Amino acid sequence: MSFTTGSDPEVECVRVISVDRVRETVRDLYKEACVVINPELKAAFAKAAKEEPSPQGREILTMLVDNAELAQRENLPMCQDTGIAVVFLEMGEEVRFDKPGLLDAINQGVREAWKEQYLRASLAKDPLRRGNTGDNTPAIVHLDLVPGDHLKIVVGAKGTGAENMSKTKIMSPSAGVEGAKQFLLETVKAAGPNACPPLVLGMGVGGNFEEVTLLAKKALYRPLGTANPDPYYANLEKEWLAAVNRLGVGPQGLGGGTTALALHIEAKPCHIGALPVAVNIDCHAHRHKEAIL
Amino acid sequence: MSDVIRLRPPLSDADVVGLKVGDRVSITGVLYGARDAAHKKMVDLLDQGKPLPVELRGHILYYVGPTPAPPGRPIGSAGPTTSLRMDAYAPRMYEYGVKATIGKGNRSPAVIDSLVKNQAVYLIAVGGLGATLAQRIKSAKVIAYPELGTEALWEFQVEDFPAIVANDARGRDVFKEGQDVWAKKLAVA
Repeated sequence: MSFTTGSDPEVECVRVISVDRVRETVRDLYKEACVVINPELKAAFAKAAKEEPSPQGREILTMLVDNAELAQRENLPMCQDTGIAVVFLEMGEEVRFDKPGLLDAINQGVREAWKEQYLRASLAKDPLRRGNTGDNTPAIVHLDLVPGDHLKIVVGAKGTGAENMSKTKIMSPSAGVEGAKQFLLETVKAAGPNACPPLVLGMGVGGNFEEVTLLAKKALYRPLGTANPDPYYANLEKEWLAAVNRLGVGPQGLGGGTTALALHIEAKPCHIGALPVAVNIDCHAHRHKEAIL
Repeated sequence: MSDVIRLRPPLSDADVVGLKVGDRVSITGVLYGARDAAHKKMVDLLDQGKPLPVELRGHILYYVGPTPAPPGRPIGSAGPTTSLRMDAYAPRMYEYGVKATIGKGNRSPAVIDSLVKNQAVYLIAVGGLGATLAQRIKSAKVIAYPELGTEALWEFQVEDFPAIVANDARGRDVFKEGQDVWAKKLAVA
């Protein structure tokens, strides 16, 4: 919101961001996200390759590091499923844009990234009649208004192998913390090899039917391995990740101790009569990048 | 690690029945690429008693939808896609005479039965190795359904394309066996 102070208030308490800059940022973030592995993810692969007890598992983890290096060197997408474009905007309430067309700019940024970087058009035009939109648009865009004058853009390129194995459920409050944990373990076990382990897990707890899944996706795109600021949830993240890694699924589901590299949980208040849970699974490519304008 | 078994399609029953879960194979020659939409079209043709766009008996189907080829390359990134989505079509394709499929992830009991019945195998490539596996593809062309874009029917010439036998013609399952072993080991650790 802008408040009137002084003679020309409308320009004094707002920050103007160029829509073209948003387009360029979205484009550049996607071009990089699909080709260049995030350094913290690469470090997690290397660490897992040392600690993995299964020889075959270690071999696969090493292949993932090699593949990431090759992709970057050859300027090729690390994986052929370059995903659906999911864009989170965290917008300061003092931000205004120089012209209309923010959503168009985001979609144009996606279109340009997919064309310039030779990414795969992976969007069916219609869920039942199928077809292909041809340019990987429209992006799925989420907007959060926050205090301040910044615009944070988080882009995710979400492949469907892992998305298809993600799950949500509204449990009864009586299921409690143990119920939520079991739901996580069942979901990961059922995903098995199909979601391309080692996985990154985003879990939402609370909210309602639509919010819990959004929480899970937001959790996914937290910087890898960062803990929930609430020590209660930070502790659950640690304990439950260890439990996931005792399932035995392992790299590519062939057995081993590295089933997931990270578990991030996000929680919100919920109805007194419900315990919503959601597990959004990401594959080991875990492509996301962010920028603050 | 077991020795690598070299395969050159088309495959005979004898090539396939000797393969067992966990074996490493290396394929040189032709692979046909198809995923969801091309499978639907091919199974529709088989159901109508019509010929497929190309002879696939004895051949290997690779479940893949590559990224577009950048200038100077035969193909973009080209790793395996999740096989379970092809479970609806796979028994029909094996019955027709496809000898092997390559994808990632596990198969339904119906597909595993179909492998035993038709003396065929399911192979996996490592999911996510799109850039690495693309290096093994020496040429690529769309041979049918160009309107499907990445989901077209592809013909690839490959050299030393690496895969692992996940389900053999005896009904074994590499995922179940591997995960059971490691779940037990990790529970007592």
